[in-house]
Amino acid sequence: MGMNLIPASDSSILVIFGDEITPVVQKSVHALFHALQAAQDHRIRNLHPGYVSLLVDFDPRAISHDEIAALIQSAKPSPAQDTELQTPAVEIPVCYDSDFGPDQADVATHTGLSISQVIQKHWSASYTVAFLGFTAGFAYLSGMAFELSIPRLATPRRAVAVGSVGIAGNQTGIYPTVTPGGWRLIGRTPRQMFNPRRIQPSPVMPGDRIKFVPIDRREFDRLLLESAG
Amino acid sequence: MIRVAKPGLATTVQDLGRFGFAHLGLSPCGAADQISFRLANLLVGNSENSPALEMTLQGATLEFERPAVIAVTGAVCNCKIGSYRMPMFTAVEVPAGGVLQCSNSTGGARFYLAVQGGIDVPLIMDSASTDTRGKFGGFDGRLLRAGDVLRINGRPGMRSRAILPGALDALRRAGPIRVTRGSHSDWFTDETLAKFLESEYRVTEQADRAGLRLAGEPVVPRERRQLLTDGIPLGAVQVPQDGQPIILFVDQQTTGGYPKIANVIAADTHRVGQLRPRDEIHFAEVSIAEAVDVLRAQEQWFKGIWRS
Repeated sequence: MGMNLIPASDSSILVIFGDEITPVVQKSVHALFHALQAAQDHRIRNLHPGYVSLLVDFDPRAISHDEIAALIQSAKPSPAQDTELQTPAVEIPVCYDSDFGPDQADVATHTGLSISQVIQKHWSASYTVAFLGFTAGFAYLSGMAFELSIPRLATPRRAVAVGSVGIAGNQTGIYPTVTPGGWRLIGRTPRQMFNPRRIQPSPVMPGDRIKFVPIDRREFDRLLLESAG
Repeated sequence: MIRVAKPGLATTVQDLGRFGFAHLGLSPCGAADQISFRLANLLVGNSENSPALEMTLQGATLEFERPAVIAVTGAVCNCKIGSYRMPMFTAVEVPAGGVLQCSNSTGGARFYLAVQGGIDVPLIMDSASTDTRGKFGGFDGRLLRAGDVLRINGRPGMRSRAILPGALDALRRAGPIRVTRGSHSDWFTDETLAKFLESEYRVTEQADRAGLRLAGEPVVPRERRQLLTDGIPLGAVQVPQDGQPIILFVDQQTTGGYPKIANVIAADTHRVGQLRPRDEIHFAEVSIAEAVDVLRAQEQWFKGIWRS
């Protein structure tokens, strides 16, 4: 897969793998992300995966653009870093109770599906974490059934409940903390999606595969208690 | 211990930032004016990354339970300890029971208070910076409030330092904010890029640590294209649909979907941290190589300002 390196600033290089979101392009983004992450080079400060690109942010006092470019060109992803194939999907329990999915009816109306079809299509697909952004721990997931696509709300909610599962455009995601948000909410997970005090603050990384496991309200309450305790 | 009597407008505990977690959606946060932040710490004898306070526009009033050595740097403000007029950019001793009163800033937006030993807050994901959007880090993940009590990390044998007279004049140089081309500069025509560089922009009221919305000559890409969300570098100047540029800053989101026309150079980000609403600014383009040279020169200057 070809890479196009462009300087984004005096402290960063944007590595572009294509101009369309395809599984091959996304895999390349994730392979380079994991290879650079594994290198643990302290001169690299941050890695920002996007849909078709990886932004590599570095300390220009410690390393030059040319040196970073050479590092990127030579970063050979090892098979073990190909997480999309090697590691099992992360299972995220989701309760699709109507209390947790205030926008289920709107999604159904917009897509011409029944609410139960919407729910079934949502949990039965296999997703990939494209990247995390917007807020700490917010994972953008690719792989949603195209029929579920729906524009975001015209007026975002001022506060979306923790764990809310939403749809916007052709993507789905989970709100890890209470934030304003314009995605259409169809369910909620009891799983804690971000905790800065844990060694692994987020249960998912860019490139991970995700399966939603539908659960009922009783199971939701039980798991919520468990994760709180 | 320090008790917050009046918190000011937006006072937070910061360090130089939380790095290594952008892939989990974490902004770097950290001091908005890193030069002033480092100066404050080094003046009192701390390491430059020690947790210290950032105040914005409006100063705080703080009560010191025990004697402490402190320094205030950054935007111009009047600080008093009791009735004593405290000089800025100078390490000063506060007696037990002393009350530090910082006025509103009269030039610039942010000022910093470092205390010898550093402010004692837990490191969250390797940093003491406050992430106000994520509500973690710093002091309880939030702005300081009246009644908060800050603990100080005491270490004996620390020595404060002093800055050579006149050495800080270089810091107050005016002139355009220097930028390099952004990741999507080629989305704009040469005429639009020239217009961006020739025009004066005003900092609007919507200016905070996440970004500074500017008002002035609109700059619009040559065609309306959908941008696939990508990473945002610190200091990116992004252009939303209305064509009014936004400088994205330390609390910025890690990814975004608007084209970036330019990027503030690393050596000038500290100046962005001092911009306040209604300031008028210009941009000037430099090459990446020039930007790195300016940064290196700035670091050299920074090493040379200290009295031995």
